[in-house]
Amino acid sequence: MNTKLSRRRFIVGTAVAGGGLALGIRLPFGASAEAKTAGDAGVEVHAWVVVKPDDTCVIRIARSEMGQGTRTGLAQLVAEELECDWKKVATESITPGENLARKRVWGEMSTGGSRGIRTSQDYVRRGGAAARMMLLQAAADEWKVPVAEVGVANGVITHAASGRRTTYGKVAAAAAKLTPPDPKSITLKDPKDWKIAGKPMKRLDTADKLNGSKVYALDVRLPGMLNAAVKACPVFGGKLVSYDESKIAGRPGVRGVVKVNDSTVAVVADTWWRAKSALEALPIVWDEGAGASQSSATIAKHLEEGLGASEAYAFRNEGDAVGAITGAAKKIEAVYSTPFLAHATMEPMNCTVKLSADRAECWVATQNSEASLAALSEQSGVPLEKCEVYRHDLGGGFGRRGGNQDYVRQAVNIAQHFPGVPIKMIWSREEDMGHDFYRPISQCKLAAGLDDKGNLVGLHVRISGQSINAFVNPAMVANGKDDRQLQGYTARPGDAQLGYTVPNLLIEYAMRNTHVPVGPWRGVNTNQNAVYMECFIEEAARAAGADSLEFRRALMGKHPKHLAVLNAAADKGHWGTPLPAGVHRGIAHFMGYGSYSAAVAEVSVSGEGKVRVHRMVLALDCGHAVNPDQIAAQVEGSVVYGLTAAFYGECKVENGRMTELNFDRYQMLRLAEMPKVETVIVPTYDFWGGVGEPTISVVTPAVLNAIFAATGKPVRSLPLKNLKLV
Amino acid sequence: MAKLNINGKIRDVQVEPDTPLLWAIREQVGLTGTKYGCGVAQCGACSVHINGELVRSCVLPVGGVKPTDKVVTIEGLSSTSSHPVQKAWSALDVPQCGYCQSGQIMAAAALLRKKPKPTDQDIDDAMSNVCRCGTYQRVRAAVHMAAGRKQA
Repeated sequence: MNTKLSRRRFIVGTAVAGGGLALGIRLPFGASAEAKTAGDAGVEVHAWVVVKPDDTCVIRIARSEMGQGTRTGLAQLVAEELECDWKKVATESITPGENLARKRVWGEMSTGGSRGIRTSQDYVRRGGAAARMMLLQAAADEWKVPVAEVGVANGVITHAASGRRTTYGKVAAAAAKLTPPDPKSITLKDPKDWKIAGKPMKRLDTADKLNGSKVYALDVRLPGMLNAAVKACPVFGGKLVSYDESKIAGRPGVRGVVKVNDSTVAVVADTWWRAKSALEALPIVWDEGAGASQSSATIAKHLEEGLGASEAYAFRNEGDAVGAITGAAKKIEAVYSTPFLAHATMEPMNCTVKLSADRAECWVATQNSEASLAALSEQSGVPLEKCEVYRHDLGGGFGRRGGNQDYVRQAVNIAQHFPGVPIKMIWSREEDMGHDFYRPISQCKLAAGLDDKGNLVGLHVRISGQSINAFVNPAMVANGKDDRQLQGYTARPGDAQLGYTVPNLLIEYAMRNTHVPVGPWRGVNTNQNAVYMECFIEEAARAAGADSLEFRRALMGKHPKHLAVLNAAADKGHWGTPLPAGVHRGIAHFMGYGSYSAAVAEVSVSGEGKVRVHRMVLALDCGHAVNPDQIAAQVEGSVVYGLTAAFYGECKVENGRMTELNFDRYQMLRLAEMPKVETVIVPTYDFWGGVGEPTISVVTPAVLNAIFAATGKPVRSLPLKNLKLV
Repeated sequence: MAKLNINGKIRDVQVEPDTPLLWAIREQVGLTGTKYGCGVAQCGACSVHINGELVRSCVLPVGGVKPTDKVVTIEGLSSTSSHPVQKAWSALDVPQCGYCQSGQIMAAAALLRKKPKPTDQDIDDAMSNVCRCGTYQRVRAAVHMAAGRKQA
């Protein structure tokens, strides 16, 4: 606290490009849950903190909020170091244009991979601490006392010796003129001393979700705005040949039909409903292309071939797995498969774009607002510094709204036909589900060898399936070496390490791509890979005649963190204790996004084969737990996301196109099917792990293993709705 | 042209009679708290009350709504977010992304009007709205809280 702070000239917005940005005054459009600084701007003490005369501390948020609670968690971390009054905390979303203009003072904005908190926690806490140090220095300067004699609690600064006191609001202007301390010189609090972070604070963004006043991107209304409905060729890779505009001539409100790109057409009208109705009446001729010959059956065959192909990428090859299995006392083998899945965010893809002579603006729900800005600039030809993205909190993201800003590009292309007019493009639910970047499809062949005591002596895993990286950037995965598709199987600790030690281990990947676009889907490849590993380990345990938990524990001696979390779930899940008649337990664990997860499921299977999940206990070690109540909310949500996929999730391909285009066929788990979920957070405070995604991976294998316990038969393909279990 | 009674105000809306009530509410009346999720009455994001009954407005044509029908949207549920359902939703931090929550809240309010002390089975039967974030556990607890009882 005795860092010497020298005075500096206070400059708002060191704009490198475009006009200077008056920060703290300019608010993103529609950020109604957030600080209204327009009337009473306050002063920027530090890039992360604006203080208002009434002592409100406005904390800048760079990451996207899509329900995962990152806004609240990041604010807690800043507030903790700032030592402000939590009741007077507000938040403000900075825009990517502002970030660019200030040389990315707020760092990374992309929000995916459960990174929102874990990769920014250090610098946002330093930002809060720096602001506190500046505010205290300003008070000390005013009182002409050493800063070391000044204390603060809840934003009230005191000098004990003289009994003087002041508040953050009163010294903010003076503090803003000081040079921030070197971030490296700042000592952050020990998490054991946290008072705001680490506590189950209420979310800061709930109020306007309760009365309809929150403005999602879908709700944007601008003067003179027109609405666009779009349709892309239903077959991936197909092209737009022609459309007959005359057939919709004279329809009310229609302003035009636009060729959006090689494969997409749009109708623009005064209202979206009129645009969509006209689009449905528009005769369109497609060239469906080569993809039209593809179906779920052809794709399955393509993947099956990969399971047995002589060439595959050996991701891990330790000992001699094939030899060990061949020579083992007992050998088991199985083939698993998981389907394509759509994200189905509740808010369908949409984007509003306004292109003027020298400016491009976009209102959008995005997980990567800097990618949105880049897409806006690239597509419109307007230089980056003359573009701005007003980001709205997302009505669901789950990976769909990340790097691939297809909807921004489409909206720009449409808006180019209407200079100066804001164009709001909304995808219908059918368009949204028919043109997703799907969770990649895969199959997995596994073989294991057990010795005469039932020990696992060899394990061979061969995944055949589609690669996300190959779709996004084929050059990244030359020769099929795509580690990402093996997420959760790595030897290296820290991110997604396999929690087992097997003396002879071979893990291979046969890349088999399809014409279907793929992308990250909440939990990405941990979900499928956890099913393959944890269901097959269950098969091995049963073949060995061992208890499911004990069999796993025997393989986990070198993985104490994995084991601790497994034990926590087993403990809270009362593993090994009696259950009501007909109820069975299953267990699973996995690692992803830097965090360790485990689950115990209690499941019954009726005489008709109907599965009911009664209770799930999930344990999570995410290192530091910034908001335990919101972590529990994420875990509860992850159970729904996981169970929806396990029970119902499947996007089938027929004649090259998706057949699940709305919730009637792409069924969602409903409240009536929700099990009781208990969350056990076991933070070890020696790392920072993710929260939004890790636990999904263990939901399905825990449930499938409980079904195995109930029926005596392993479940090797999903979704459950397709299977006859008894 | 149709006359609609929305949240106690008579509104003239310029739409074709087959326009779904959802889109008249959102685009003509300008109340955007009622959401579009599926357009086929599957997800419930568009739920409103008509004469106290829960209705999925995405499949109800404006032509089927009489000027005397009292349509209440999320914005009209209470003027100060003081409906017991809204208070319980706030107390338990039910929403995640929040997009489906207007519909969830309208469904819960309609349930409690009919069954002031709903059982878990009543809640299972009534609350069929889709939430992709997976807030169901808290939705159930909040309905019980709004009913003034602890969860069974």
